[in-house]
Amino acid sequence: MSDRTGVIHDIGYRHYDGPRLGRWAITQALMVSSLRHAYGIGRSGKSKVMPIFLLAVMVVPAAIVVGIENGLQFDKPPVEPVDYIYLLQPVIALYLASQAPQLFSRDLRYRSIVLYLARPPRRTDYALAKLTALVAAQMILICIPLVVLYAGALLAKYNFLQMSRQFVAGLAGALLLSILLAAIGGLIAAATPRRGFAVAAIIAVLIVSFTAATTTMAIVDEKGDMSSTAARYASLVSPFNLTEALQTWFLRNDRDGSWMPTTQQGLVFTAVYVLLVAACVWGVNARYAKVARG
Amino acid sequence: MPVIATASLTKRYPRVTALDELTVEVGSGVTGLVGANGAGKSTLLKILLGLIAPTAGSAIVLGHDVVTGGEAVRALVGYMPEHDCLPPDVSATEFVVHLGRMSGLPATAARERAADVLRHVGLDEARYRPMGGYSTGMKQRVKLAQALTHDPKLVLLDEPTNGLDPAGRDEMLTLVRRIGTEFGIPVLITSHLLGELEHVCDHIVVLDGGRLLRSESKAALTGETGVLAVEVRDLSGRDRLGAALERAGARARAEGPLVLVEISGEETYDIVRDTVAELGLGLVRVEPHRHRLEEVFSV
Repeated sequence: MSDRTGVIHDIGYRHYDGPRLGRWAITQALMVSSLRHAYGIGRSGKSKVMPIFLLAVMVVPAAIVVGIENGLQFDKPPVEPVDYIYLLQPVIALYLASQAPQLFSRDLRYRSIVLYLARPPRRTDYALAKLTALVAAQMILICIPLVVLYAGALLAKYNFLQMSRQFVAGLAGALLLSILLAAIGGLIAAATPRRGFAVAAIIAVLIVSFTAATTTMAIVDEKGDMSSTAARYASLVSPFNLTEALQTWFLRNDRDGSWMPTTQQGLVFTAVYVLLVAACVWGVNARYAKVARG
Repeated sequence: MPVIATASLTKRYPRVTALDELTVEVGSGVTGLVGANGAGKSTLLKILLGLIAPTAGSAIVLGHDVVTGGEAVRALVGYMPEHDCLPPDVSATEFVVHLGRMSGLPATAARERAADVLRHVGLDEARYRPMGGYSTGMKQRVKLAQALTHDPKLVLLDEPTNGLDPAGRDEMLTLVRRIGTEFGIPVLITSHLLGELEHVCDHIVVLDGGRLLRSESKAALTGETGVLAVEVRDLSGRDRLGAALERAGARARAEGPLVLVEISGEETYDIVRDTVAELGLGLVRVEPHRHRLEEVFSV
């Protein structure tokens, strides 16, 4: 029985003897928090503007397409999911340029990376968690409009099997693109603690590579039907063209305006894709190894 | 079992040898790691965390080899880096909770622990504000809190008093002392200032150019010399006291404002007390005269 109510007792330091999670659970937690940060969740209101705006820009045209195809009853959908991705590639590029530095440059700039490195996860876990979060963030960005397109196509009563096939092809294309872009964007962003540099460098790399690829193609491809081998290999230069060709070959997804790589070309494209992703992931990892040595 | 034990630990870079055959043991309580800039303190901490591999030799931290068990070590150790490492746009609470989770605490436990340690380091109302607006003292407290949030079995503090004003320095050192005693967590604290470690450490390790200069308990280093330092109100009082003590049979000499009396036994204390009382002098202090750490290491 105490009559001294309202007294705050200093209970002293309390030790913790509850559960401690392992590396995998920690990596997962880092991935989830990074994914949230990629959409500004858990950050300031200002940092939500860009990702949410870009997501809206991705979804609104899809909604319009759905409205039109349902209203006018075309014989087939005006735009296939895979093609929709490449139609809106500048938006995807902008998203990558704005958010990759948020995930990678930030911890380097404020040197909070040291506090992560001094904790159980290895630097590889850190790098992979960040890269996975970036892949997932881009999948969300690309796949929401694809889902809208798919739902709209079903609503317009197009052939279910064909639409599902195209939707799955779209998802596969989105995944291929997200992985490659995350690897490239992650490497550039991890290379510099300066956010502005990273944003500019990512945009520059994507624009330059895409322009180089399309210009070369236009010059080399005399007949204008992508039958020239040189024109086809020019696609290797740009991540967007590379994943588009790879996806077409992989899923035998021959569409209007696309070209089907030969087996040999397909294998070259696959090899280049795998090498590019592996090199970038290795680069990100090597970068953190250097940071750890400090 | 020592908390940290290294054996012939060596780290060579292409141009410099950062650590040279370092064999040292660190036990419980607060251990000071002292050395000039470039003496190898930070390199040692990084090796102990398993962040860089030694060129030769071995280091065992809390029973784990740092090369093969870096992950286990890092789960048990809290680390406070020397430099700034706080993002300005999140609050201390959010940041410490997040880092608690990065140490493997479940979400709820991470929140409770963060609140606890932030209170212990004395960061109350400010902890919900973005850290960009914090003073250096507050930032140092957050850095200390994140090192404690997962209830480590050892904390490594790299120059925690860096950039603090004298008052902040004292508060930080008091906190460090509490971690080592009250919280019962062994502390390894680095500094290039011997003086400030003198009051908080139980044990001092001195590095110089990557080599171990000395590793001794503070008592051994600054051990009592058998001399009593007495200070009285004014200088004429000092001389009168000195003379009276000599007459009473004690060996005394003046040094600065102090009278140093050789302790020959329990009765020396009585003689000093009685003499001061007889002369009616204003007594300022009586204390055992210790070597300062600076004297110990300046040889």
